[in-house]
Order: sequence, then C-alpha cells, then structure tokens
Amino acid sequence: MHEMSLVEGVRELINDAAVREGFSRVKQVRVEIGELSGVEREAFAFCFDIVMKGGIADGARLEVIATPGRGRCAACKRETALAAIYDPCEHCGAYPVEVVGGTEMRVIDLEVE
Amino acid sequence: MCTTCGCGEGETKIEGDELHAHTHADGTTHSHPYAPGRTHTHAHARTVRLEQDILAKNDAYAAANRERFAARGILALNLVSSPGSGKTTLLVKTIEALQGKLPIAVIEGDQQTSMDAERIRATGAPAVQINTGKGCHLDAHMVGHALEKLPLEKGGVLMIENVGNLVCPAAFDLGEAGKVVILSVTEGEDKPLKYPDMFRAARLMLINKCDLLPYLQFDVEKAIGYARRVNPLIEVMRVSATTGEGMAEWLSWIEKGAAATSGK
Repeated sequence: MHEMSLVEGVRELINDAAVREGFSRVKQVRVEIGELSGVEREAFAFCFDIVMKGGIADGARLEVIATPGRGRCAACKRETALAAIYDPCEHCGAYPVEVVGGTEMRVIDLEVE
Repeated sequence: MCTTCGCGEGETKIEGDELHAHTHADGTTHSHPYAPGRTHTHAHARTVRLEQDILAKNDAYAAANRERFAARGILALNLVSSPGSGKTTLLVKTIEALQGKLPIAVIEGDQQTSMDAERIRATGAPAVQINTGKGCHLDAHMVGHALEKLPLEKGGVLMIENVGNLVCPAAFDLGEAGKVVILSVTEGEDKPLKYPDMFRAARLMLINKCDLLPYLQFDVEKAIGYARRVNPLIEVMRVSATTGEGMAEWLSWIEKGAAATSGK
C-alpha cells in the first residue's frame, strides 16, 4: 500500500503550491499515472479521499490520466506496446524490451480558487 | 516537531529518538497555507500547472542523503526482499567477514521491534532501527533522520535493510548507490516476474540459501532468466549465508564498490 505515501506526496505538493500561488481551495487534481508505474489506481483514488480530508483539497475531484506502457525491443529496435514490463516485443516476440514510457507519476495541474 | 525539517509526529519511530520521529500521516504537519482566522478573498476558479513528480519530495531527501554519502566516500546499499529471505543473517555474516577490513554501519527497517538492529549490534557494528509502524517501506526522509544517529566512518559502507516487501520499496529512492535484491531458493523462481518492479530497480540479485537447493525444486537458471527479462543488466550471485558458499564473490563486490566510492 505505498499508494498512501504517494498520495501524501501529492498533498505536500498541493500545500506547497498553495503557499506559492496563494489559493485556499482545490476543486480538482489531475495526475498522470503510468500503467507500468506499479501504482494501483483504485487504491490511489481510495487513499486520495482519506488523505485529503480536512485539508485544502478536501472533497476535490481526482482525475487520473493513465499513460500506456511503451517499450523498445532490444532485438528488432522497434517500439512496442507493453502491458507489463516482462512482456515480449509485439512485433518479433523477443525479450528484453526496454521501458520507454508508462512509468510516470506526476501531478499535472490543479483547479483552484 | 522536528527542528531540522519541520515534520510532525506520526507512527514512525527511530531508535533513540522516540519523541521526534514521525511520518506525515495526519495531514496537519508542515506549513499549512490555510491559517485559521486568516482573512482572504475568494478568487475565481483557475488552473495551476504543477507538472511535478509525485515522488519529488522523497527524491529531494534522497539527493540530500546521496550528497552526504558522497562527501564521506560511503557506499550505501539498499537491501530489499520478501520477509524471510535471510537478509539479516546475510548482513551479520557479511559484517563478520569484513571486520577489520571495512567499517559497516546498518539501518534496519521493520514495522515493529528492534530485534534486527540488536542482532547487528551483537557483531559490534553500529545499527539504528527504524520502525515504520503501519508503513510498508522506508523513505528517504526516515533514512535522513536515522543518519543523524549513526556514526559513519569515511570510506565505509552503509547497509540499509529495507522492510521485507517486494512491492513498495521499489519506488522509493533512499539515496543509495544501488539496490540489492535477495531472492531465497525457498521462494518461487517466478518472483522476478511476479514482482517485476523490484527486480527492474535492483543492480544485483543475490540468490540466497543455495545450500538448500538439493532439497528443493527451485530452478536457478529459470530465476535468472526471469530477472534478466525485466532487467537485462542485473548482476547475479549465488550465495548461502549459512554455509558461506558464494560469499567471497559478494564480499569482493562490496569491497570493490567501496573502493570505487571512496576513491582509494
């Protein structure tokens, strides 16, 4: 359940931004969570509601943008879709595939007032 | 409240520092932008772009730890595995074997008890226990505070034994030079595929308890193949902390790493 720690990280980024940007209420939080980031989105959303309670993002809507996993095949050098980091290349069936996308964990923006 | 970084109290306990240790679980710690009684006008809704990594705070603490290690020429290793892989026994044997050659200090992470730190201290090496409470991993912030309690000799080695968990510790950089994942042969050879993030994050895989191989169905080559499928560059060594098999290779890997780090 490291999703709890990750959401606490989001809360700290929000609190820091509130001081910097001078807002007192967050209505929506948009995050990007890659499919290969090891983050369970359901758990993340569940923790979000709990962690934000009593703070400036209490009740805020969470929007999660899921970036698909992408890899580059070591054998045929082509880009391939990657549902899991141990998947073979979709073109030639070889391993290993170097992960080039889908591990993101970012706060994109906040809707505030 | 911690005077160094302003963090509040929580469930994390660091030995010798019971009053000040903490996690940030309660939501009221650190600078709060919404001071009670502060007057403010409500602005219109607007969008604030952040584009910040969720782990940015942890990574900043990790960078600070890393600087600290670099300044003293210390090789820091983050030992990760499932519970029961034999990490602590391996550490005890490693410290005993390197005694007089290389100073080793240890940070022990467990949810509860200081049993592991006591086992390490019995060897004469300094150790600090971090209890994470309900937490499932160490983070760079906890390690930074543990370092305040731990004497680190220049040119030595710091072993950070993470909480036994093959999932969560993968994401948290502690400032280490590398993660060492320990897979014992009493587990399944398919662990690298079941928990790929950890094996991808590790620099070295130690296959431990190899003395038990004659009694088990564990397929070593298969385990190595699975690990290389998620991490083609991972180094692999077969060891038994109990019989000493393969330990020379592991010890020389540490000594080489320590020498390269301290520039000796």
